Amino acid sequence: MTIQTRSHAGYLDPILVKHQHNPNNLLQILIEAQQHYGHIHTDAIAHLSEQLQFPRSKIEGVVGFYSFLYLKPQGEYRVLFSDNITDRMLGNMDLMERMCAQLWVESGKVSEDGLLSINTTSCTGMCDQGPALLVNNIAINHLSPERVNAISELIRERVPVSSWPAEFFAIQDNIRRKDILLDSHFQPGSALSVLFRSGAQRGLDEIKASRLRGRGGAGFSTGMKWEFCRDAVGDAHYVVCNADEGEPGTFKDRVLLNGYADMVFEGMTACARIIGAKKGFLYLRGEYVYLREHLQAVLQRRRQQSLLGQCILGNDDFSFDIEIHLGAGAYICGEESALIESLEGKRGTPRNRPPFPVTNGYLDQPTVVNNVETFAAASLILLNDGAWYAGIGTATSSGTKILSVSGDCQRPGLYEYPFGVTVAEVLEDCGARNTQAVQISGPSGMCISQAEFGRRIAFDDIPTAGAFMIFDQRRDMFEVARNFVRFFAHESCGFCTPCRVGTSLLSNMMDKLANGHGSPYDFSEIEKLNVILQSTSHCGLGHSACNPVLDTIKKFRSAYEKRMIHEDFVPAFDLDFALTQARQMTGRDDSSAHLERLNEPR
Amino acid sequence: MNPDKQTFTLDGKTIPFCNGQTIIQAAMDAGEYIPHLCFNPEFKPHGSCKLCTVKADGRTTASCTQFAQDGMVVESNTKEINDERRVLLQMLFVEGNHFCPSCEKSGNCQLQATAYELNMMSPHFDQFFPDRPLDASHPEYFLDLNRCILCSLCVRASRDVDGKNVFALSGRGIKSHVIVNAQSGQLGDTDFAGDDKAAQVCPVGVILKKRVGFSVPIGKRSFDEQPISATPHPVVKEA
Repeated sequence: MTIQTRSHAGYLDPILVKHQHNPNNLLQILIEAQQHYGHIHTDAIAHLSEQLQFPRSKIEGVVGFYSFLYLKPQGEYRVLFSDNITDRMLGNMDLMERMCAQLWVESGKVSEDGLLSINTTSCTGMCDQGPALLVNNIAINHLSPERVNAISELIRERVPVSSWPAEFFAIQDNIRRKDILLDSHFQPGSALSVLFRSGAQRGLDEIKASRLRGRGGAGFSTGMKWEFCRDAVGDAHYVVCNADEGEPGTFKDRVLLNGYADMVFEGMTACARIIGAKKGFLYLRGEYVYLREHLQAVLQRRRQQSLLGQCILGNDDFSFDIEIHLGAGAYICGEESALIESLEGKRGTPRNRPPFPVTNGYLDQPTVVNNVETFAAASLILLNDGAWYAGIGTATSSGTKILSVSGDCQRPGLYEYPFGVTVAEVLEDCGARNTQAVQISGPSGMCISQAEFGRRIAFDDIPTAGAFMIFDQRRDMFEVARNFVRFFAHESCGFCTPCRVGTSLLSNMMDKLANGHGSPYDFSEIEKLNVILQSTSHCGLGHSACNPVLDTIKKFRSAYEKRMIHEDFVPAFDLDFALTQARQMTGRDDSSAHLERLNEPR
Repeated sequence: MNPDKQTFTLDGKTIPFCNGQTIIQAAMDAGEYIPHLCFNPEFKPHGSCKLCTVKADGRTTASCTQFAQDGMVVESNTKEINDERRVLLQMLFVEGNHFCPSCEKSGNCQLQATAYELNMMSPHFDQFFPDRPLDASHPEYFLDLNRCILCSLCVRASRDVDGKNVFALSGRGIKSHVIVNAQSGQLGDTDFAGDDKAAQVCPVGVILKKRVGFSVPIGKRSFDEQPISATPHPVVKEA
């Protein structure tokens, strides 16, 4: 061991032991290492590389991929303002500026004394109680100028985050409408007891009969997925619960994990029984790390109740346990094959498919990946029966869907409806007035205008993973689209050319329009980019990255026409603006320090 | 079905293939050219550059990762697809810093040659002008990341052939970049060597041998003599 790495060995070695020196746990090791040291020091990478016998280039590559892992110090207090459009509408930018001014720090940089850094982050899943931020990865909601003042004061006085007032960290469930799932009063073990009585095949038959489809958005038949996985040959089978709820505007999984964790874990355990798995993972997004302790406690209780572990409920032939893995700020890890890469401790790059995870998933073994809500619904189906569930909802979409309602309405929160509910009914129930548009299923979903409020939430009309963001007449739909486009550019994994470069080009084009350099030429460019992204991208992120722009151009054209200032092409580069810095440095601002405005519209 | 007689059509031409071959692998064996950059027949297909995009039975897909199927109808050399490929090339050009006239790889560069092949007349989009380092720390090789197109061939060659992991990808999205396996971040501090496979595979001018500049004059280089579509692959030619 070299002298430099010795100081890091102190905290790294116990973490390495805990994770069996297994490079598949690299992401978990790095997350825990950072909790001790604040960032991943270059000497720490050297030590990990030596101990894991794993190339440092790969370790550095993993650190570089995840937004919440840092190669450089970020300050004792890392403040990240959630920057979803709903946070913007609630004034997050003013609050961030306020905090920056109070603490003498520029956003995106670490303060000179190393005390703190302030930056933005993608939606933290608190849209019903924003504006929100994360301080050292822990969520604080309901930001107000007063709360920001208080936080600045606590930071200035170096009060440890663990000693901050508890009410700052209070998170509401805001359940507004309950249906069969949220109102089920589920008893731990009840669904498994039914499954053991009826047998695994019968359980699978019930899931198939229920016509349950995946709640993560894609809507694949859950019964078929489980059957394909059960029938796939492998050394081991795995169950993975996708709790990487990263789609901006979605927060239902957070509430399910908080109040309905037993239903979720029981659904996973039932799936394990049906497909023959001994091990499961809950992949929890880094933003929800505050839920981990609670979830661990539920898992521990379930072990004591013989609902997890060896010989579950006395069945000698059935052992299964669940491990929680944390994400670290990467939306793309919600894509199932990227999620599996991340579970294996790697960069979250989507795999080439086929093969699909049901045959070649975690460690190349057959793996079921389902959404949190899907597993909870599976418990409900096993407890009752498939035909009962299939009778609820519509012909193509059985059962209920939980919507995460946010934006311009009186009662944001969770609403559970049978499939087939109209957009108008939801708007009525949540107290939305003068609604201009609803973004359904997040930036990758669709933007619905008033004329379409009669449409229904269902797989054959408006499919959704749950986000339901409301914009009233005051909102500028161009800015909504610009926020979403920036999100995609930030979250693109960078693997394929069209998405890596195209999302940045698109974001730059939207900025160009916002900066007053737009012309019809730019519209045709955006449309051209859309064709490329949709047809050649590697995964769904690239395919849908242009959706918010195309939807809003089509439905809210006036928002764009305001930006179509020029008849002919105007470059995005503003020469006079580029001289600002030189003017500041020389202290000159007289007329000859400015260029003629050559590009003024005539 | 006779497994020896499996064929698909590529722009109307019949292409035979064996089980497990992807479209581009079978096409290359038959002497047909599909534009590509991250694909190299010596390596497992990667599927990231998307230049090899084709329409297979009407569905747009990367031909390097799409398995050939009997009776499949593949379109490649069409105006629509070449238009898309040209945009992908333009994206690669503006994302990095590519100044062909001063680049030693000019004439042997697959990016440049493919751009000529597809009649790319300008980069079209605004340049990103990224700030990327030039690493001259190695005694025999330069590493000029200004020209990197993130094809991962050096990563794969070093990992899979050389068993060294000299190169890896870091960052995400537009900030993705190649890093080397040394605490200093310098190529000179890795075990990279001139006879590594990774030293031979870069399709552009990132990994360049020192002190051989212009030993083959411009005008006499691989793609000066014949277009990339007529050049056997992989291009193995010492600069």
